Amino acid sequence: MDAPETPTDGLNIVVCIKQVPDSAQIRVHPVTNTIMRQGVPTIINPYDLFALEEAMRLRDQYGGQVTVLCMGPPMAEDALRRALGLGADKAVLITDRRFAGSDTLATSFALATALTRLGADHPVDIVFTGKQTIDGDTAQVGPGIASRLELNQLTYVSAIDTLDQGKGEIVVRRRAEGGVQVLKSKLPCLITMLEGSNEIRRGSVADMLRAARAELTVWSAEEAGVEDVMMCGLRGSPTVVKRVFAPSARDEQAEMVTVEGKQPAQIGDAIIDLIFAAQPKLEADLSAALN
Amino acid sequence: MAAQPPNKKPAGRAGMKKELPEKFRSYKHVWVFVELERGKVHPVSWELMGEGRKLADKLGVDLAGVVLGPKSDETRQAIKETYHYGADVCYICEDPALADYRNEPYTRALTDLVNTHQPEIMLLGATTLGRDLAGSVATTLKTGLTADSTELDVDDEKSLAATRPTFGGTLLCTIHTLNFRPQMATVRPRVMAMPEPDRSRSGRMVWHSLKMDEADIVTKVLEYVADATTDDANLAYADIVVAGGMGLRVPENFRLVTRLADVLGGEYGCSRPVVQKGWLPADRQIGQTGNTIRPRLYIAAGISGAIQHRVGVEGADLIVAINTDPAAKIFEFAHMGVVADALTVLPALADAFERRLGRRAMAS
Ligand SMILES: Cc1cc2nc3c(=O)[nH]c(=O)nc-3n(C[C@H](O)[C@H](O)[C@H](O)COP(=O)(O)OP(=O)(O)OC[C@H]3O[C@@H](n4cnc5c(N)ncnc54)[C@H](O)[C@@H]3O)c2cc1C
Repeated sequence: MDAPETPTDGLNIVVCIKQVPDSAQIRVHPVTNTIMRQGVPTIINPYDLFALEEAMRLRDQYGGQVTVLCMGPPMAEDALRRALGLGADKAVLITDRRFAGSDTLATSFALATALTRLGADHPVDIVFTGKQTIDGDTAQVGPGIASRLELNQLTYVSAIDTLDQGKGEIVVRRRAEGGVQVLKSKLPCLITMLEGSNEIRRGSVADMLRAARAELTVWSAEEAGVEDVMMCGLRGSPTVVKRVFAPSARDEQAEMVTVEGKQPAQIGDAIIDLIFAAQPKLEADLSAALN
Repeated sequence: MAAQPPNKKPAGRAGMKKELPEKFRSYKHVWVFVELERGKVHPVSWELMGEGRKLADKLGVDLAGVVLGPKSDETRQAIKETYHYGADVCYICEDPALADYRNEPYTRALTDLVNTHQPEIMLLGATTLGRDLAGSVATTLKTGLTADSTELDVDDEKSLAATRPTFGGTLLCTIHTLNFRPQMATVRPRVMAMPEPDRSRSGRMVWHSLKMDEADIVTKVLEYVADATTDDANLAYADIVVAGGMGLRVPENFRLVTRLADVLGGEYGCSRPVVQKGWLPADRQIGQTGNTIRPRLYIAAGISGAIQHRVGVEGADLIVAINTDPAAKIFEFAHMGVVADALTVLPALADAFERRLGRRAMAS
């Protein structure tokens, strides 16, 4: 399938999104302890919505186009259509059995490869991702893409202060430990957006109608530009899950406070007696600190 | 009781375990990245140093700290302390370009150091800085990285076993990087215990130069705005923490949680759905994706005890759970439990503490 058309002027922005199970609805099989994904509704990774909104704001202000890119199973098309319904212009799904089992390194490889193809005619100016996903939770794919494509890496961004298209300069606020860095950098760059940095728009009716009918670009590994499939999926992943297990209960069972026939005040006293019996020093320290 | 762990077959490369490729056989020693930002070392670095020491001793190798920063008294102080917290060696790169954290020069310095000195294991804090850096370095080196590990060990084959929660709220998984080096992992602050420093310790220094000019670095720091720290939640380091979960049902009931925390001179927190509902700000979240706490006393009310919550509180000396469901997971790792309505027990407990400690809370 051909790459979607790229804008001849304005910004060429790509937002990487992931389809994730709605964590509020996850159930675990009581016997096998495995996650039951069947029937669990999927959503766009919530952190990615802040990235998508920020991308669309830049497009609305400076012109250009926002493409959403997703790696996932064929059903991840849903997530892309939802993004189109919110106002994204183009959508690309890269889907291939050989992507299955990708860790962060293999994921950044596949996405970076597709981004290279998307930038073939008109280079990509900004790649956005969410801060992290709610399922993997690693925050490593964004930096991985930036390293592979040698994009200036701007993570945990809470606001874009200025963008000078002529000079290709961008000023952002980046959350650091204990403060905020105001950074000046250059395009092309990769930005991971912090949660709460904006509010996702509600898609217009026109966008929703367009999303329902839109033809998505769907690429296999080869179509996305992958030359060596050994770099993808399980085989391209240096990390290996050796064991999946349920945490064991603490060796000693919790000491239970009986409540039958007790007034709340007595329950309170019973709990405190147990706490101070277990932690004798705590009582003295608390009294000293508070009086 | 927890169900028996499913006896899963190792997936993927584990099934194709082969000898470590020749080029990685010389990789040796355990490294900890010492996160020095604006003159201060993040405590997570010392926590990792304690853990790194254990791994190095098991492997019979050296523990090294990597200190990157500008030439300054603070950098020199950080180097000294790196030995105090257990390092045998320090790899040091001092350069004005490393004064503020920026991805580009830090990635360059750390990857160059790894390529030159070849550690087998490298640990970083899972802070904003550590995650930004670890992702770039692991990708540049094309090696494996386990993010947010909650437990580190070395197995019989001397390979790093990094354990972390998996999606879904009940399971843990152990991840290995078999055929690549270094084996990288990040760990969140407070997950590992703070070791006792030994002020008499010292060690070797290995210097490295950045080989990068300020003119080569694209990104510039225009300004740094420090957080107003006054009313920040200091949850991670609190001695006493009281938290509420979805069992409290409505936001107003969190007053019962804050009152008990006030009576005890402690901090209050919550489970993740409480933050997702917007009832409390994100900095009050406890668990894998929030704060990890290690208080002397943790009281959890109306919290079910999902694995992501559990890994954030297991360092507490004493966990007291209040939950109406006797089968709630939290009773599997709490030290004490009460099967009762938190809306009754929380105020009763606050009153009882006030009586016992002889003080009326100011904010009730
Ligand atoms: C990637 C990922 C990361 C996550 N990170 C975190 C994290 O950092 N921190 C976190 O907490 N969660 C995290 N979660 C969510 C976690 O899996 C659970 O969904 C969450 O901890 C459940 O919150 P809860 O215990 O408040 O709510 P629930 O699971 O709904 O439990 C409510 C509990 O209250 C009890 N209850 C009801 N009424 C009362 C009453 N009147 N008195 C007393 N008890 C009552 C119920 O019996 C129940 O046990 C994460 C999930 C994912 C997928």
